[in-house]
Amino acid sequence: MKPIDRGVLAPAPRVVQLTAGTELAASLLGFRTLLYKEVLRFWKVAFQTIAAPVVTGVLYLLVFGHVLDQRVEAFAGVRYSAFLVPGLVMMSLLQNAFANSSSSLIQSKIMGNLVFVLLPPLSHLEFLGAYLLSSVLRGLVVGLGVFAVTAWFAPPPVNAPIWILVFALAGASLLGVLGIIAGIVSDKFDQLATFQNFIIMPATFLSGVFYSVHGLPPFWRAVSRCNPFFYMVDGFRYGFFARSDVDPWQSLAVVMAALLLATGIAIRMVAGGYKLRG
Amino acid sequence: MPVPAIEASHVVKRYPRVTALDDVSLRIEPGEFFGLLGPNGAGKTTLISIVAGLVRASSGRVTVMGHDVVSDYRSARRCLGVVPQELVFDPFFSVRETLRIQSGYFGLTRNDDWIDEVMTNLDLGPKADANMRSLSGGMKRRVLVAQALVHRPPVIVLDEPTAGVDVELRHGLWQFVGRLNRDGHTIVLTTHYLEEAQQMCERIAMLKAGRIVAMEPTRDLLGRLAGVRLALKLRGALPTSLRALVVEETGDHFVLRVSQPAEVESVLATCRAEGCHIDDLEVGHADLEDVFLQVMSDAGEKRAA
Repeated sequence: MKPIDRGVLAPAPRVVQLTAGTELAASLLGFRTLLYKEVLRFWKVAFQTIAAPVVTGVLYLLVFGHVLDQRVEAFAGVRYSAFLVPGLVMMSLLQNAFANSSSSLIQSKIMGNLVFVLLPPLSHLEFLGAYLLSSVLRGLVVGLGVFAVTAWFAPPPVNAPIWILVFALAGASLLGVLGIIAGIVSDKFDQLATFQNFIIMPATFLSGVFYSVHGLPPFWRAVSRCNPFFYMVDGFRYGFFARSDVDPWQSLAVVMAALLLATGIAIRMVAGGYKLRG
Repeated sequence: MPVPAIEASHVVKRYPRVTALDDVSLRIEPGEFFGLLGPNGAGKTTLISIVAGLVRASSGRVTVMGHDVVSDYRSARRCLGVVPQELVFDPFFSVRETLRIQSGYFGLTRNDDWIDEVMTNLDLGPKADANMRSLSGGMKRRVLVAQALVHRPPVIVLDEPTAGVDVELRHGLWQFVGRLNRDGHTIVLTTHYLEEAQQMCERIAMLKAGRIVAMEPTRDLLGRLAGVRLALKLRGALPTSLRALVVEETGDHFVLRVSQPAEVESVLATCRAEGCHIDDLEVGHADLEDVFLQVMSDAGEKRAA
């Protein structure tokens, strides 16, 4: 065995120096680093996390648009393909915001590397904020990608960009938080898949992405109104067509209420260390 | 008295079916090299996890450099570097990215000089830009050590750092950890390799079933079993007059303990006189393993009583 000698290490400090200056600056940097890491995580596999959902969105448009363009008129005077675009954008945005936080957390839990995030001096709000913001970002990037490509085939009008932005942000946030909750609650990939396949997928498909709920029988119209996803899609679509099934303010109220409730639950879970700190 | 590096008072951790820690108190002084020993399931990792804030105690209090690990967790965690037992890594990043990110979590910017120094010391330099996935187990272990050191913590906890590690890395790792300790870092070590604990640790606590059953300077622990250990393989029965000296017996293998080296001769003479043939013979000193077995069996008896 060869002896190893490689210079002298600095002596152990009695008090740890913060090179970032104040306590606040240090914790801000901690938060920013976690956000950076989470963004880098999906950016490094962008082909899978961004390009793939964009392709899926475009396929939906081509297939449904082609088949239904001549037969269905969801909004009077609007081509079905153009009607479909905002719904597809919102669906992709929501699904990817959810996928980002949930898959990041479950992967880290299963691989055991979540410990690297739990050992540092990060508060529960910094932890939540970083996972949430990166999910919102992924949702928006995918949504923008789907919009850019589908709008090229069937451009919808843009009437109220502010509503588009508000519902995109609120929707991505809500699904980002739901993803955090699902990621924390699940211990295995198949449990997470249950969330995805039995809650998120049906809720998005039945939210009026592909149709206007006005065309539904009264019973199913009433059921749709219990689905928060319906309000996200409907409000988002209002920003394009200035037409919607319910008033956008009402939709916003429902979405914000759901967001507050989900965020409250997530904060309680992370602050209490539920399934994170044994 | 200086602020203790780690202080645990009356720590209890109850899970629904088992009590992992049952009223554990200990105080580790700054600059100490402290060993935490015990069989699997004794509560070593649970104790370390509570110190690190990964697990919350059911009751009791733990401080790191005087900072409560719950109420003042930011300061406590800045003072602590933990090398986890499992070989965990983030497959998305290279070694350097991993270390920079870890550094950022602790609020450190412009930390590259230190990161380079740590990488050099752990022989990670050539792998700096390699993806974590591509590294061998030993290299991944080194990155875990480096990650625990990025924020220059005064207290370093190593949870079974040499489990499944080859001889050369083990040797290099102990040299490095030894130097960190000489530079003033407090080191807390859990290990299954009693030989390592005997060589490295100044003081040792032994845990069994969630309780501390011994906590003494290593030399005092070894002193408990002073004398010479004599292992014999015999052909024929052990002379009855030697029965009292036996500490271990398996088939024709006997381990005897005598108080002085001179007594070895009389044991051999007795064997010869009784016509008992010695096939094999080994003389040694009592080591930590003997003490460990002794302490564990004493603790078992006490509990049974």
